[in-house]
Amino acid sequence: MTIAKSGKPVDEVTLDALRAGDLAVDDVRIHPDTLIAQASVADDHGNPQLAENFLRAAELAQLPDHRVMAIYESLRPRRSTAEQLETIAAELDELGAVRNAALIREAAQVYQARNLLL
Amino acid sequence: MTERSPIGRFRFMDEQRVNLDGFAVENPSLGLIAFNSPTDPQPSLVIVDGHVIEMDSRAAEDFDILDSFISTHGIDLAVSKEAMALDSITFARMIVDPNIPRTEVVRLAGGMTPAKLAQAIAQLRPAELVIAMTKCRARRTPSNQAHVTNRSDDPLLLAADAATAAAFGFREIETTVPVLGDAPSNAVAVSIGAAVGSPGILIQCSVEEAIELDLGMRGLVSYAETVSLYGTEQIFIDGDDTPWSKAFLTSAYASRGIKMRVTSGGGAEALMGSAEGCSMFYLEARCVALARAIGSQGVQNGGIDSASVAGSVPGGVRSLMAENLMVMLRNLEACTGNDALMSESDVRRTSRTHPIFIGGSDFICSGFGSIQRYDNMFGPSQWNSEDIDDFLAMQRDWGVDGGLRTASEPEVERLRRRAVEAVRDVYGLLGLAEFTDAWLDEAVDAAGSKDVPAADFMVPLTASRLIRDTNVTMLDVIGALDECGYEVEAERLLAMLHARVEGDYLQTAAIFTEEMSVLSLVTDPNDYSGPGTGYVPTRARQLEIDTIRQQRSVDDLRSEQDGFVTDRLAVLGAAGPASDPRDVVIGVSPATAKAIWRTLSGLTVVDALEELLAGLEEEGCLGRIVRINDTIDLGLIGLKAARLAGSGIGIGLQAKGTALIHRRDLTPLANLELYSVAPSLTRESYRAMGINAGRHAKGATPEPGRNPYSDEAIEARYHTTVVSLVAMEREICDPAAYPESMSLTEAHT
Repeated sequence: MTIAKSGKPVDEVTLDALRAGDLAVDDVRIHPDTLIAQASVADDHGNPQLAENFLRAAELAQLPDHRVMAIYESLRPRRSTAEQLETIAAELDELGAVRNAALIREAAQVYQARNLLL
Repeated sequence: MTERSPIGRFRFMDEQRVNLDGFAVENPSLGLIAFNSPTDPQPSLVIVDGHVIEMDSRAAEDFDILDSFISTHGIDLAVSKEAMALDSITFARMIVDPNIPRTEVVRLAGGMTPAKLAQAIAQLRPAELVIAMTKCRARRTPSNQAHVTNRSDDPLLLAADAATAAAFGFREIETTVPVLGDAPSNAVAVSIGAAVGSPGILIQCSVEEAIELDLGMRGLVSYAETVSLYGTEQIFIDGDDTPWSKAFLTSAYASRGIKMRVTSGGGAEALMGSAEGCSMFYLEARCVALARAIGSQGVQNGGIDSASVAGSVPGGVRSLMAENLMVMLRNLEACTGNDALMSESDVRRTSRTHPIFIGGSDFICSGFGSIQRYDNMFGPSQWNSEDIDDFLAMQRDWGVDGGLRTASEPEVERLRRRAVEAVRDVYGLLGLAEFTDAWLDEAVDAAGSKDVPAADFMVPLTASRLIRDTNVTMLDVIGALDECGYEVEAERLLAMLHARVEGDYLQTAAIFTEEMSVLSLVTDPNDYSGPGTGYVPTRARQLEIDTIRQQRSVDDLRSEQDGFVTDRLAVLGAAGPASDPRDVVIGVSPATAKAIWRTLSGLTVVDALEELLAGLEEEGCLGRIVRINDTIDLGLIGLKAARLAGSGIGIGLQAKGTALIHRRDLTPLANLELYSVAPSLTRESYRAMGINAGRHAKGATPEPGRNPYSDEAIEARYHTTVVSLVAMEREICDPAAYPESMSLTEAHT
């Protein structure tokens, strides 16, 4: 049985539960483990990049919405210095979001070479 | 100096709509070239110690941001040696060879650089592209996407139109806004409307990337599509993103269980003035490789907003389809353009779509404008609400599943009513807005927003502000629907949130059936391997395709005819020859006044007879009506009538309206005058024929009557009816039956 991010089994996500005031936003959010499982399905179907995306997503599923939005903003062209990107990467490492941290460090390197840092 | 005016033939040609389109001379330096620009790079891939040090003739130290991301993430280095060693024509043949499975072609494409894959696909001719698409798309079952928008962001009209789009079979609905602030209200209204129309409709609200992500996180939309990629670094940066920010965004969507695809399209770089001398197709090859590299499950491409730029150069329309195929070969969901209108000409736009339509794709249109052209806030689409019946007819003509189905008028009216009431009730309960009854009534009936004068433009803006400020999520919308008595719709929207938790619809090319099963590369993989394989519509689906609302059976026509029964035409008894030289016989066909009462022109048989008789009378002749019961052949009917007539002149009249003048000494097919275009005949035509028959009776040689030919497709309009009417004549015709005299009495007053 698939569970939501909150831990609630998906078959308990019902209209009755909503009526009883027993459904919160995390009850309708995907669990990181589900994304990891979807990653292996993608891998089995000839798309390792999609799998990698789901694994990055599994890491981001732990982060609050506003933090995800803020990191996206930081990655846009000429929004961040190399140090700022490294700070984010370190923070992500700390949270175990190592794939995202690597992505950001890779971005920082290329941004340096292509004049896309702040 | 006076300018010479072109001759009439060219003045006439110049007036045609196709000449409103722009056609460009190929110009590689501006990127105005579809395939194979002289400055497109030669394919290459050099790998040292697992790192790409050269790709497509560019050394790693010169890589731009696209090269950099693609070479690091986008190419399967384990197969690249084998893949890059294949010559392009060999791989092109593998793409279309039904004996080589899709999975094998896809595996090899995974190891190819953008230039390599572009070079191979560029070799495919149009018919080969169709076969390739049939074989290589990800999902077995084709589908289609609708645009639902309007000029005023009217939530009621959006809901009614979303319900309508769902009724017509669209499985994804994309909305957008003329006013950015209206986005949340649009997302809610379209979600509610779609849920009224059908379970499992995916909803998108196309706005700026960060705002769109926010809508997704609140559960107000269920997929994202307008995540744009561009083929040159300059335009990419102008778009305020990098491959890394896009990769992060892609994962952000997945992290919330939201389906997402990216958007690109040939011609965009040329349009924005930075194509770097490359062909549209090569630049698009970079976009598609990047889409795969960042982990997007799919791509919307095929020109999209720049489709008309591609359409302006030689081979451009072919390149649009080739772009779509490239997406399929990268093992991604293909949302195959046919979106922004690329031509003023109905012929050209149909020509542009048709190969994709018959080949089949994950989404034939990445935005069929299911609403009025003027209401389409993406701009007019390649296909619009006025084309829905055409599209359904095309599906039926070719027996092809283009994703649409017919919908009955009463059902659509019911859905539209329920959709506007649901939005009114939910907005009311959540304190977002109030609506007048007049507004509701207008929105239900409206063909477009011009028909909704009662709409208040401030409502969506205020509602959107409240949705944001009070943090309304889809759970709140579902709760409100339920509380207002829309339990079915509440369940449908909750099922969409379930799907988010399950995550199966994140896989490539996922849509939901009406039973909420996911159809995707994983659950419904395309297994085409030649004739007799691949997607075949189920019997039920084939019936949907075949059964359009306009079709008519013989029974339908019979009951239509029954509406025109009259007692003015009555049988007197057996008919015999007469000797009066003024006697002209009007022979009518066997079904006259038995099953057929109205001619194809809309005149009744009685109308036609009245005029024929009056025309004869003008010439001093006596008309006599005789039903010829033993033949349905008009020549024979006329000839038999002539042989009964004292004058030797007869008129033959089929109940469907076709008429001729005959003379007793002629052969059946050699008549004197024939009015063959029955649908265009008028009272005046029959009067003129009566007069001419009278003149023939008197031995004169009148000027023959002329058929009223026109430029209308008379045969398309009437031939199906003719087949049925002839069948009715044949059913009644009795080879042993004698002719009968008939009387025509005056109209009752």
